[in-house]
Amino acid sequence: MSDNIKTFRDALNEALHEEMERDDTVIVLGEDVAGGAGGTGDTVEAAGGIFGVTAGLARKFGRQRVIDTPISESAIAGAANGAALAGLRPVAELMFADFIGVCMDQVYNQAAKFRYMFGGKMECPLVIRTAMGAGMNMGAQHSQTIYPLLTAVPGLKIAIPSNAADAKGLLKTAIRDNDPVVFFEHKALYNKKSEVPEGDYTVPFGEADMTREGDDVTVVAMGRMVPFSEKAIDSLAEQGISADLVDPRTVSPMDWDMIFESLEHTGRLVVVDESPPRCSLASDIAGVVAQEAFGSLRAPVKMITAPHAPVPFSPGLERAYVPGPDKIAAGILDCVKGG
Amino acid sequence: MSDYPDDFLTHVYRRMKTIREFEERLNVEIQKGEIPGFTHLYAGQEAVAVGVCEQLDEDDYIVSTHRGHGHCIAKGCDVGGMMKEIYGRHDGLCKGKGGSMHIADRDVGMLGANAIVGGGPPIAVGAAIATGLQGQGRVTASFSGDGSCNQGTVFEALNLAVVLQAPTLFIFEDNGYSEHTGADYAVGSKDIAGRCEAFGMPVEKVDGNDFFAVYEAMGRAVARARDGGGPSAIECETTRFFGHFVGDPQKYRAKDEVARHRENLDCLKLFRARLADEDRLDAATLDAIDEEVLALIDRSVDEAKASPLPDVSEITTDVYAIY
Repeated sequence: MSDNIKTFRDALNEALHEEMERDDTVIVLGEDVAGGAGGTGDTVEAAGGIFGVTAGLARKFGRQRVIDTPISESAIAGAANGAALAGLRPVAELMFADFIGVCMDQVYNQAAKFRYMFGGKMECPLVIRTAMGAGMNMGAQHSQTIYPLLTAVPGLKIAIPSNAADAKGLLKTAIRDNDPVVFFEHKALYNKKSEVPEGDYTVPFGEADMTREGDDVTVVAMGRMVPFSEKAIDSLAEQGISADLVDPRTVSPMDWDMIFESLEHTGRLVVVDESPPRCSLASDIAGVVAQEAFGSLRAPVKMITAPHAPVPFSPGLERAYVPGPDKIAAGILDCVKGG
Repeated sequence: MSDYPDDFLTHVYRRMKTIREFEERLNVEIQKGEIPGFTHLYAGQEAVAVGVCEQLDEDDYIVSTHRGHGHCIAKGCDVGGMMKEIYGRHDGLCKGKGGSMHIADRDVGMLGANAIVGGGPPIAVGAAIATGLQGQGRVTASFSGDGSCNQGTVFEALNLAVVLQAPTLFIFEDNGYSEHTGADYAVGSKDIAGRCEAFGMPVEKVDGNDFFAVYEAMGRAVARARDGGGPSAIECETTRFFGHFVGDPQKYRAKDEVARHRENLDCLKLFRARLADEDRLDAATLDAIDEEVLALIDRSVDEAKASPLPDVSEITTDVYAIY
């Protein structure tokens, strides 16, 4: 096995180390990100955020640049906004994506608006990293994939990595970007390993990745739905069905061209989204395709999403709630047979 | 203490012990892999939940936190129903759809645990407005921690309660840690009660490991609130016997801290010592309660494990529209 095989978590950690090393205007702030200031323990060796993504940063770069905050999401996001306006490149961690609800004003009224509202004279080079998604039985307020809400906001960029290499490459790009980026990390992916390029590896925004190539259908998926869709597509090979799998990697900006070009070839679209169906990425992509690429379609678009419900706690319910490989495979089959 | 009848003292001891054993057992079961999810244990803080709720009637409300099992038990939630909820069973208090962080039972005035730090206090003010309008002298207690005292939502709730003179009791449990970060670092003024006082309400700061201190302070605050005197705040200094959640390696705490606190600050030991000092209730009576509580917890775990999981059709029940 290559030395470059890393977990999604370690890839993010590496990106943070490298960017903080490269640019001393990069700071990190959030709850427990330096391991938990105060208290009675030796915090220097501490974990670094609840998922360990910021481990070691405080030791290396000091507590002036790696800041443990109180539990105050509005102050975290707002202070990150102010620091960004004043010349830093803050990376704010919101422990769970659900907590964006607590600081929504700072995200969508403030950060998203500055550059436009101030006539292009202000930039807000902010990254908000946050853990999202179901799969760990954390219940309705710790499991949501709320990226559609923020994708709808002009002025925000939205990154959703699906593997360790993209996690590193997209985070580095996000930190260097002069607009506010909300960076969604699926918590069920943190321990997933894949090859990660060493050194200064960046992934540009707005360039999708095609992780499977085929003829019968175009599948668009993001985050944890990418590995699930890969599994689904691979399982259909014995039935003679093959698919293009498009992972947009950033959904704002969005690489529409790759989707349209794939559809010219396949003529069928399946969109897989862990969010509920209404006003989701699935419905957004289906709508844009209906307008811009209708001529390519020879079957109705198939949306595979979570149900229109909060995330349930009980393990069996949560498993059934999340679109898994079997459900995705059945949806693909349905789409292919249907047209 | 001579004013307190025996049956009150045994009742209080039983409630605190029930919370303790509920949490100790969960810690074991979770580490065996029997229980899904993300569980925050209340052990160490029992005197606060019970001291507060013993001053409340069944039709008073409480609003709780992610560390809410103790509040639920103290307010009278069914222990078996809670255990089933935490095991994700169909007959749990919330049909297995809420889990540890979302136990609620309006029948006993428990308006819900809450997985958003600072989510509860504004809800408590609303409940207090409702009961105030209904004019029955009912009150609402808002449990929150040293962590939530730094949330803007909490400041807004404190102010609104004062403005409206809503009968709200803001209970701040300072267990020393905001998740992993020390309250000595995160609470700038180190004085939660002082903050609340600045909003314009009477406050007390008490030893949260002393049931009687909490109970008596709460008694004064509740009497004021029922009498139209508006909100009060009580800061309870206490300790957490476990990590932020089960599985938390707690590197931010000195290695011997929990052991020291279990030795010196255990509210159950302190309660028993006080009874012994004042020659109330013999040890055998309390030991018998211990046995009964352990049997109750055993039974609730057995029943939870034996209970079916919810049917998948439950995913889309209790949501206003289905697509």
